[in-house]
Amino acid sequence: MGVLEPLVELARGLGQTFRYMFERPVTVQYPEQKRTVRPRFRGRHVLKRYDNGLEKCIGCSLCAAACPSDAIFVEASENTDEKRFSPGERYASTYEINMLRCIYCGFCEDACPTEAIVMGDNYELSFTDRRQAIYPKDMLLEPVHVHTMLTPQKVDAGVFTRSVPEMKDPRD
Amino acid sequence: MGIETKLGDMGVVTTKLEDLVNWSRTNAMWPMLFGLACCAIEMMAAQASNYDMSRFGMELMRASPRQSDLMIVAGRLSKKMGPVIRRLYDQMPEPKWVIAMGDCASCGGVFNNYAIFQGVDEVLPVDVYVAGCPPRPEALIHGVMTLYEKVNSETFKGYAEKYKQVK
Repeated sequence: MGVLEPLVELARGLGQTFRYMFERPVTVQYPEQKRTVRPRFRGRHVLKRYDNGLEKCIGCSLCAAACPSDAIFVEASENTDEKRFSPGERYASTYEINMLRCIYCGFCEDACPTEAIVMGDNYELSFTDRRQAIYPKDMLLEPVHVHTMLTPQKVDAGVFTRSVPEMKDPRD
Repeated sequence: MGIETKLGDMGVVTTKLEDLVNWSRTNAMWPMLFGLACCAIEMMAAQASNYDMSRFGMELMRASPRQSDLMIVAGRLSKKMGPVIRRLYDQMPEPKWVIAMGDCASCGGVFNNYAIFQGVDEVLPVDVYVAGCPPRPEALIHGVMTLYEKVNSETFKGYAEKYKQVK
């Protein structure tokens, strides 16, 4: 052996390299081709609406209280039947999330009594200015398909009195 | 810097030259190897074969500030690290850019305390902030593309003013 052994080893090593030349590349061509996120991935928040277009958020600020990095600011105002944003007494007149403060832990999602705030799947958040990172309510709210579903809505008196929807299953 | 600051406005010549300069800058921007915390893991992932940042001209991370154009501050910056990062930034040759990767580098994130800088823009001029804790490798690449958009919109006049400020 002696002299041949290093040559054999060299050939084996280069053979490995040569074999990888014919394998499919693993690179994801990111901006053109995106890898789908996992079902439980926590990305940018979305404020949800009910089927009739009313906002689920009732401005209770529990998300702001649960937030470990104080990224959420909520200011609540009173609903009226002429100008109704959400069921119940109050709605969030200001709802801001600082995307640079937020650590995407999902505590706000857990704290929300009406399941208004959910973590979406958008992770493409980069800004040239810190000011742009503060997302106001109109950027966070889910878009509507029909124009009549936009808030504020004019509704009949005494229909939307309950701010938190009744539980179908109390053990849930 | 050089000829570009002295040229001024020469119509089509400067615009074409600007395009060429910006094209070359965005196609060979070497980042500095500067991982401070957990975001560095995602930065490594972005550099590795799955997301391969070489596709954007970031062929390799330079360990020396003198060979790099871009500083990716990946992680929280402690007060003790402040003078060090400033020194490294000063050692980088012009033109240079800074990406604050992640929440801590951008604005302190959860660490709202006495030991951590509330954003690296307290010590460095930051060009792009990337949100996420930590950001996915894709998010970092998105930040890089945001930076490229910014670099591509730069003009000679802009360089001259920027350089004047630095001096």
